[in-house]
Amino acid sequence: MASRAQRMPTSLRIASSLFVLLWFILAAFPFLWTVWGSFKVELDFFSIADWTNALTGARTEAVYGSPFTTTGYEGAWIQEEFWRNVLNTGIVCFFVVTISLTIGTLGGYALSRSTYNYTFWLLITALIFRAMPPITLVSGYLLPFFEWNIWGILPTTIIVLVAINQPFTLWMLHSFFKNIPSELDESAKVDGCNQFQAFRRVIIPVMWPGVITTGLFSFLLAYNDFAVGAMLLSESNRTMVPAIAAFLGTTQTEGNVMFAVAAVVSATVPLFILVMFFQRQIVGGLTAGAVKG
Amino acid sequence: MRHKTFLWFFLPTGLAMLLFIAMPIVSVVTQSIFAPHPAVLIEVESCTPLVGCTTETTVDQEATATLRAESPMGRFVGLGIYFDRGHLAIQEVGQIWATNDTWDGFFSELGNLPFYRAMAFTLSFTFIVTPLTILLGLVIALAVNSLHRHLKGLMIFFSLLPMIVTPLIGSLILFWMIDSRGVIGNALVNLAGDPDFSLKASTGLMWVALMVYGIWSSAPFAFVVFYAGLQTLPKDQIEAAQIDGATRWQQVKFVVVPHLMPLVTFVALIQLMDNFKVFEPIIGFSAGAHAQSLSTFIFNDMNGETRQLSSAAATSVITIIGIAILLSPVLVRTWRDFKGAR
Repeated sequence: MASRAQRMPTSLRIASSLFVLLWFILAAFPFLWTVWGSFKVELDFFSIADWTNALTGARTEAVYGSPFTTTGYEGAWIQEEFWRNVLNTGIVCFFVVTISLTIGTLGGYALSRSTYNYTFWLLITALIFRAMPPITLVSGYLLPFFEWNIWGILPTTIIVLVAINQPFTLWMLHSFFKNIPSELDESAKVDGCNQFQAFRRVIIPVMWPGVITTGLFSFLLAYNDFAVGAMLLSESNRTMVPAIAAFLGTTQTEGNVMFAVAAVVSATVPLFILVMFFQRQIVGGLTAGAVKG
Repeated sequence: MRHKTFLWFFLPTGLAMLLFIAMPIVSVVTQSIFAPHPAVLIEVESCTPLVGCTTETTVDQEATATLRAESPMGRFVGLGIYFDRGHLAIQEVGQIWATNDTWDGFFSELGNLPFYRAMAFTLSFTFIVTPLTILLGLVIALAVNSLHRHLKGLMIFFSLLPMIVTPLIGSLILFWMIDSRGVIGNALVNLAGDPDFSLKASTGLMWVALMVYGIWSSAPFAFVVFYAGLQTLPKDQIEAAQIDGATRWQQVKFVVVPHLMPLVTFVALIQLMDNFKVFEPIIGFSAGAHAQSLSTFIFNDMNGETRQLSSAAATSVITIIGIAILLSPVLVRTWRDFKGAR
């Protein structure tokens, strides 16, 4: 552990601790505040008269006889049928993750095992595709999708998100498969397997840590997507994030901001759980590209 | 791996990217050089007794339909859409250039053109948020690294939240707080001592708020990368520096920062590209009146009553060119790595 010479002087230690505390508040407070406020009425959430109302819920108590109310959630989930959007997001995320991992694993494995020059050019192309904002592609989708009459339905959005996801998946899995020694599948091939059998019997059993990390990021991409869903889905097929954006337009006029607040909190909960269980994989995935480069 | 085996392994993913990334780019570029056909107008003279004759201009539906069926791409306009008033506005810029003697006047009038306003915001956002993100991330990494082991995990958990949360949702959460009725906005009103004080009313303050959101949401990424880098910091170099009498600040400056430098470049490149795409916060903050970025420019074109696909396509192409310029150092570096590896 730290020697005496490396120990911090008291003043620096205090300053550093205060800074960490400040960052902690900056990072966590907005979420805690919004979760707490989502159980109040609008006059408490936006408390002009006295900000402590937001904590004590004075107006909420006056209306509902208790400082907490779930009217925001009822309004969002039942009245505005937010559950449909949650369901759509669930479907989109499930299929995007499954499909993009399946085809991404095959592609990433091939890229890591081939020694020809074209792998480099394919990876560079993927890098360029990865850097492009999805919204710039959307205007290219609209006309053909209208023409073929496949605009507005979930499968179209799923396949588009899978494609947008591929460049990143390929890069992650390529560098991951590079770390699995190629002697493993070489020896399987010596024993008489063809390339696909070697992949299935030798590589698949050891690839799961990398695939799980990649899958997490694919999930986040599909879950967080706004540009594609907002432009390519019809109103009844909307996923959560475009639905929340559409909520804002309608609820602000009706004075139902709390519906949007409740929907926002509902959409944040899965992410909370995800970070809680997969913190190590997320950190690993974020740093994987960096530490090697 | 043989070419044929490679092809079979790579085919599904390659096909997906070809159909839904490469083809749309081609489609976007073609759309941007073709404008939709205008409706064919005909003048009809209708005469009513006692009232007299009036000439009405109506749309000749049939002729319009034939024209559109004949060439569904629209009419070829070359770079016309790029140079029109909604985009690069070559003519207007020329006039402004001719009428203004000072740079100040030139830039302030240039700011009235919507495309240049969006460009100005996108570039300021990119080049202000990126360095501040790196700085904040570095300081957090150094501070968290000196914490006790058990606290570190907790801090990493909470630090990840602003980055992991959906950008639109994160910006809404902040927006409700800085709303003049929200807790931070309310505090600012009291601080300013002006009951009408509102972030939403001022373009400057809105820009600041958007940039604060940008830093808040991407600092965790910089933090996590730098924190990982600190774990591989060579102990002996720090000890050597101490024996040579380096102060703590000198240790950071001459040992820690040089060790993290490759990571700083990595974070900077990723952040430059991500910030150039700034999109969701402007929607979440309903800041469209004060700030537009290239991405919201495209979004508004497509989202309006009349989908202006050609206009959106032209902006998309300009955005892609911007991204390509920002990406070029990465490409050069990857090429060098590749050459070196062989």
